[in-house]
Amino acid sequence: MSFSVTEPTNGTKWFAGLLVVAYAIITLVPLLWIIATGFKSPTDSIAYPPVVVFEPTLEGYVNLFTDRTRATDDMIEAAGPPETWYDEIARSRGTVITGPSRYGERFLNSVIIGFGSTFLCMVLGTAAAYAFSRFRVPLKDDLLFFILSTRMMPPIAVSIPIFLMFRNLGLNDTHLGMILLYTAVNLSLSVWLLKGFIDEIPMEYEEAALIDGYTRFQAFYKVVLPQAATGIASTAIFCLIFAWNEYAFAVLLTSGTAQTAPPFIPNIIGVNGKDWPAVAAGATIFLVPVMVFTVLLRKHLLRGITFGAVRK
Amino acid sequence: MTTSPIQKVAQSTPDGVAKKIRGLSDRTIAWIFVAPTIFLLLAVNIFPLIWTIRLSFTNFRVNRPNKDVEWVGLRNYERILNDPDIWETMQATAHFLLWTITLQVLIGFLLAFLINKKFRGNDLWTTIIVFPMMLSPAVVGNFWTFLYQPQIGLFNYVIAFFTGVDPASFSMIGDVHLAPWAIIIADTWMWTPFVMLICLAGLRSIPDSIYEAAECDRASKWRQFWTITIPMALPFLMLAVLFRGIENFKMFDLVVQLTGGGPGNTTTLTSIDLKREAFEKWRTGYSSAYAVILFVTVFGLASIYVKALNKVKER
Repeated sequence: MSFSVTEPTNGTKWFAGLLVVAYAIITLVPLLWIIATGFKSPTDSIAYPPVVVFEPTLEGYVNLFTDRTRATDDMIEAAGPPETWYDEIARSRGTVITGPSRYGERFLNSVIIGFGSTFLCMVLGTAAAYAFSRFRVPLKDDLLFFILSTRMMPPIAVSIPIFLMFRNLGLNDTHLGMILLYTAVNLSLSVWLLKGFIDEIPMEYEEAALIDGYTRFQAFYKVVLPQAATGIASTAIFCLIFAWNEYAFAVLLTSGTAQTAPPFIPNIIGVNGKDWPAVAAGATIFLVPVMVFTVLLRKHLLRGITFGAVRK
Repeated sequence: MTTSPIQKVAQSTPDGVAKKIRGLSDRTIAWIFVAPTIFLLLAVNIFPLIWTIRLSFTNFRVNRPNKDVEWVGLRNYERILNDPDIWETMQATAHFLLWTITLQVLIGFLLAFLINKKFRGNDLWTTIIVFPMMLSPAVVGNFWTFLYQPQIGLFNYVIAFFTGVDPASFSMIGDVHLAPWAIIIADTWMWTPFVMLICLAGLRSIPDSIYEAAECDRASKWRQFWTITIPMALPFLMLAVLFRGIENFKMFDLVVQLTGGGPGNTTTLTSIDLKREAFEKWRTGYSSAYAVILFVTVFGLASIYVKALNKVKER
């Protein structure tokens, strides 16, 4: 290796590495604490001093997915021996399971609305980004700025008329309404990011295709789309994560059928008040997929969070 | 000549359709591609915004649809600007913005500076540091209330461990003086990686040759830092501040879950106050005027700031 004045010395590297790793470990503690609390018993979860080594139990997860009621010994005896392992866990706490909780439904809503809006957002966004990238659209810069500016609005500020509008259209608390809303929220991101990705594909590929007798549409979906696949995939993950995490609209516009997980998880209450292991279990199931996606996205993170303003 | 599979597919497109599509001019295609996006944004963003502006001049209340709606002119705006509570809210928001941005820029820049030393495994650790900002602020904010519990909370325990105070003696979210810091700490934990990533891009954009030239001129490392690193990373830093500023001005989910605006009004940021006015007190006309004022403020501040940013970039 050649000597370079700009290459940091080994000592500097060690010192820098040590500080960064220390910060990373501190920053991870709250997340690890969520995951650990999900496997604690209620007593362990509120123990003082906080316990790090504990006997893991699935009680939090059982409580998350079931509704239970307090039962006397007689009632438990009358119900006969527990049939399943989760019955057994509930019985050991003096409760009987009365049915599944709403968490499953809420999680499914998050999946439906997240993927639905991402799909729609990608279809509309790719088309618009392609047009902005390749054609002379009148007022192009103004339109692009307009698209970006929709992101500056505080969600609460437009939520009043959206609430009224949705009520008139019968879209309040429906999957379709939330999908359309999240699509609109994420469109600015998808158009700006995708325009950046498509700009990077040399125009010559399409020109060659057009000369070979392709139509514009064919050139678009046979040449440009495959070339932009990585960009489209990472943009889609960003849209999915934003829709997945959204809270303000969800809490204002949904209450029953279309409620997503973020407004639901904080309100999980156990038989004896706030059931932190169940909340932590719900949070873990909800957060871990996002962490996995973050690892997949790591090369494009910067671009995504700055709307393509910084490309590295 | 062999035909490629792509050509085969191209030929298999029905003639009629192909002709119809082929007949479209680029301009028509451009409009077909752009129109749905613009339409959806007009319907879900601009139309509601105009509606909000209209409502802001009335005394309309959503929960009393049968009451006559009166045109009240600028009265809502007058009342908001003269309301001392709203100024308190604005102050809380300013305090939150100032401290979160300061802390995030300082820590974020320092981290980026260290990561840029290219120690082994820096990519892996960067990814780990980034986790908090990708997660749902509402879900994570809710869990921070658990960490902040007096006595049993991990945060209180750690503070007690290092300072010796009784962990049951203070409550981060129940105390009027501590609650503003509770939200600042949680927000800083969550969003420092965002500033870090942007700063890292800034630092990596500085070519080595500039440092090499400085080294030839015998400029000290300290001098290099202030005359090369900082000025060249400044546009990136300013961009990070812009993004964090806009986002935190809109801040709702994390704080509403953490403190709900309390105790008292100490952490009632503008978005939380607006939500109370609009969806708890149901003062629709009044809160619409409030929303317009907020939007104009964000937009105005952001425009001024972008002008300054462009000047720095031109230098």
